[in-house]
Amino acid sequence: MDFITGQELLERCKKEQFPISYIMKCREAEHGILSNKEIDEKLQTALSIMKAAANEPLINPKRSIGGLIGGEAKRIEQHLVSENNIAGTLLSKAIAYSMAVLETNSSMGLIVAAPTAGSSGVIPGVLLAIQEAKNVSDQMLCSGLLNASAVGYLIMRNATVSGAEAGCQAEVGASSAMAASAAVEILGGTPEMCLHAASFALSNLLGLVCDPIAGLVEAPCQSRNTIGAANAITCAEIALSGVTHIIPFDEMVDAMYRVGKGIPFELRETAMGGCAATPTGCSTCVSHGSL
Amino acid sequence: MNFLSIFDVIGPNMIGPSSSHTAGAISIAALARKMFPESIKKVTFTLYGSFARTYRGHGTDRALLGGILGYSTDDARIRDAYDIAPKQGLDYEFIIDEATPATHPNTVDILITGSSGYRLSVRGESIGGGKVKISKINQIEVEFTGEYSTLIIRQIDRSGVVAHITQCLSLYDVNIAFMRLFRETKGAAAYTVIESDELIPEKVLTEISKNDLVQELMLIQV
Repeated sequence: MDFITGQELLERCKKEQFPISYIMKCREAEHGILSNKEIDEKLQTALSIMKAAANEPLINPKRSIGGLIGGEAKRIEQHLVSENNIAGTLLSKAIAYSMAVLETNSSMGLIVAAPTAGSSGVIPGVLLAIQEAKNVSDQMLCSGLLNASAVGYLIMRNATVSGAEAGCQAEVGASSAMAASAAVEILGGTPEMCLHAASFALSNLLGLVCDPIAGLVEAPCQSRNTIGAANAITCAEIALSGVTHIIPFDEMVDAMYRVGKGIPFELRETAMGGCAATPTGCSTCVSHGSL
Repeated sequence: MNFLSIFDVIGPNMIGPSSSHTAGAISIAALARKMFPESIKKVTFTLYGSFARTYRGHGTDRALLGGILGYSTDDARIRDAYDIAPKQGLDYEFIIDEATPATHPNTVDILITGSSGYRLSVRGESIGGGKVKISKINQIEVEFTGEYSTLIIRQIDRSGVVAHITQCLSLYDVNIAFMRLFRETKGAAAYTVIESDELIPEKVLTEISKNDLVQELMLIQV
């Protein structure tokens, strides 16, 4: 039987004594068309694309095709060694990598939508920063991707990951929950801790609107990805310490969906509200020849 | 509900920045290319709705051109489509139509002219998350997604043609997933669209074209 809720996923983990990543892989083998070998290969490919997308802008910064962003990731990375670095290595790296992936995305580079293109920086940002800080193997990161895909699948199945449908909380919110859960598994937390981390991540970003300036996947998307990454690290830390969230994951997903339905049309990817509708945001629309 | 794979969540691997405005545009143009029977000489894209308003910042124009050049959604050459097209002898034109209201926000009309002068017009809509549908062929409304192997048959709308088509398919053991007939007026040109889970053998096309009422066949293999 396919699991369709977080509760069912946890029951399977408990019964079979396996982490979320392994249960997700079994699900694919049982119901999908891919063999275990193909799954491993595709995960490895996804990870390689994520690494390239997160590293290239640190070496060769590129201007986005919409012209609103470019070069931020490299500056953040350079700031890491400065005296007034405030975030520390792990968080600074997560910020730099997540910004870099959005820079790659907005300059027509190759990325992995995880779960969407607009939120594609969060998971690589968190996983690659953890890999460096904790000396984690690529294989462990692939397990992290499997774990993240289980959380993302449940959100896609029972709510949505579309900004047009439910705002940025559904895009960056979902990717943040996925990354938080993955981080917990990579660092040895239990499946229950994973979903607590995901609940914290969703509830922290509840209500976040989607208001792309000039209708482009550039700003504030790029910096929203950094807050998705920072939130994931924070929520993983909370869950790994044993602190639990009051609201179960399934109810949190449902709450996010309901809040999303209540977000006005202007704040769901239409570029008619929020940052996009400020005087500066509007003049940017005109000067960049869109909307 | 369709099965959601790991790689529907961690994926697709795509050229950014937007699944609907970039990846979807590539897919529409790639489908149009597959439908075209000869080498392509010129292509005219007419962009409507959000495609018309935000194509530059989303690279929709390069994506469409790249799709016509045969690139898939994760091909890094998409970015350089403007440089590559002339080298391959492909002439292109973009018409930005913000005035005509589109049925769907992300709509494009693709008019392809081949080396022999043969022309085909295809309307595509990018319906979200990189998913697309073809909604018009040569001014006749149709509907298919290209997610299945698809056989498109242009025929004269007269009795017996559809029976002939299904007979040919059964002869070659093709299992039909979906089959639909589209026409504008009785007795004029009509399209039969057949979608199958498996590859459709090319021999079926030869068999189907034996009927005089069949005018044209297009095959998209998945």
